[in-house]
Amino acid sequence: MTDTMLEVRNIKRDYELAAGLFKPKKIIHAVKGVSFKLERGKTLAIVGESGCGKSTLARMLTFIDEPTGGELYIDGDKMDTRPGHLTPEMRQKVQIVFQNPYGSLNPRQKIGDVLGEPLSINTNMSAAERRERATEMLVKVGLGPEHYNRYPHMFSGGQRQRIAIARALMMNPKLLVLDEPVSALDLSVQAQVLNLLADLQDEFGLTYVFISHDLSVVRYIADEVMVMYFGEAVEYGTRDEVFSDPKHEYTRTLFAATPRADVESIRARIARKKAAAAA
Amino acid sequence: MALLQIENLTVEFETASGWFRAVDGVSMSVEKGEVLAIVGESGSGKSVAMLAVMGLLPWTAKITADRMLFEGRDMRGISPADRRKMIGKDIAMIFQEPIASLNPCFTVGFQIEEVLRIHLGLDKKARRARAIELFRQVGLPNPEERLNSFPHQMSGGQCQRVMIAIAIACNPKLLIADEPTTALDVTIQKQILDLIMALQAKTGMGLIMITHDMGVVAETADRVVVQYKGRKMEEADVLTLFENPKSNYTKALLAALPENATGDRLTTVSDFFDGNPEPAPSAGLGVTA
Repeated sequence: MTDTMLEVRNIKRDYELAAGLFKPKKIIHAVKGVSFKLERGKTLAIVGESGCGKSTLARMLTFIDEPTGGELYIDGDKMDTRPGHLTPEMRQKVQIVFQNPYGSLNPRQKIGDVLGEPLSINTNMSAAERRERATEMLVKVGLGPEHYNRYPHMFSGGQRQRIAIARALMMNPKLLVLDEPVSALDLSVQAQVLNLLADLQDEFGLTYVFISHDLSVVRYIADEVMVMYFGEAVEYGTRDEVFSDPKHEYTRTLFAATPRADVESIRARIARKKAAAAA
Repeated sequence: MALLQIENLTVEFETASGWFRAVDGVSMSVEKGEVLAIVGESGSGKSVAMLAVMGLLPWTAKITADRMLFEGRDMRGISPADRRKMIGKDIAMIFQEPIASLNPCFTVGFQIEEVLRIHLGLDKKARRARAIELFRQVGLPNPEERLNSFPHQMSGGQCQRVMIAIAIACNPKLLIADEPTTALDVTIQKQILDLIMALQAKTGMGLIMITHDMGVVAETADRVVVQYKGRKMEEADVLTLFENPKSNYTKALLAALPENATGDRLTTVSDFFDGNPEPAPSAGLGVTA
């Protein structure tokens, strides 16, 4: 029997745009019924262009937004997503890392407090204990105990993203939702953060939902891939299935649009250019 | 004669802890009809070098160069009035954030006609006709109606098309594209890159493509300059760079591409400089030929 960490059944989210004087009420179907299952310790990548509903899906998985329809099972339990019905235990299982590490850290809060805050809200740990846990986590994400008393502006983008990951891991979640975690980072830093995520997944047995628009990153990190387009999952399968044999028209367009950085394609492009110049 | 020739360009900014050197002795040249890509991560000085050429840096910046020639004309001591005649006409630039680089208070039609009025002195009727023609050229649907749109009424990709239309309005000899597709989706990126490359091939203008994306470099460039921490690490034609990179930094960049991953961990830049994250300048500069 497979060990399912996350199951989503026909989940939906509609947003209502308020009616104006001459404008009737309008409903936007941001996510139009998406279903998937994810095994423990695996990574599901969700790909799609801006406005396709991938971040809305992430917000529903982390209980930031309430789904307007469908069911959500985490670790075998059905989640009651109505406001007021979520227990702290449910929330502890899922954490999120946002895209922009500059916007997601409070500039007035020291890093030690950033990491200690989830513990002080959700547990009865003493301050000394919280400090110890936060320092341990800093070391785990590749920073040092000396960073405990610093402010976010003293860190580079890659370091901030490490802090955001550390904060998400403070409550020992089982499922981590990563909303474009590396798209604001430089290539060399991106590689370091991706390596860190792989290390942490091995160490803690984490399950990742990895949202990205970068297909080369997805191909590297994902076990399963879902392609979203206008609120619908148009393609869903294992990484090899999706990349070797894309079924949907949009997936093919997406693959064709991704720049290729291998020597053969450069050679082909130069040959095309020469031919065009000669003609 | 090279279209743009820069030798030993240095740009410094004064900070609380002394002068900070953002660009350190960079030389490069672009020929007519050539596509030069400048690649590097944030803080490598790739944009600042081009802003110095355009004269768009604040007056607090200290710019020195042995040579800075555009079509043989010295750009260093040029008067602001002469520079304004040149910028936007002979040299044009496209920026990263299309929505932020258009003025939200005016229609896009007004903004493109402004360029035509100032640089070409066309009358009202001719301006409108040319603006429609330009919008059609960059693939904007319904150009007549689009002229009356404000930037916020258009998508990011459409705004970037407007920016391109403004940039090519006076048939520039050199187009500098500073991360033109970084803020756009990958499918739109493809369309915009195709458009820029088609216009470049048609008009034979020189093109400088500033980017951090090796994929964009591979898809567009003839020649590539790799920059790191304000210094030029390597210069090579695109095929040589990808096939046989000389500097350690370029090797590290290529190895950090997820598609080049071997095994289950990516190679990072520090793996190439064992413990010393800053490559010695000689590692890159000594071998560029």
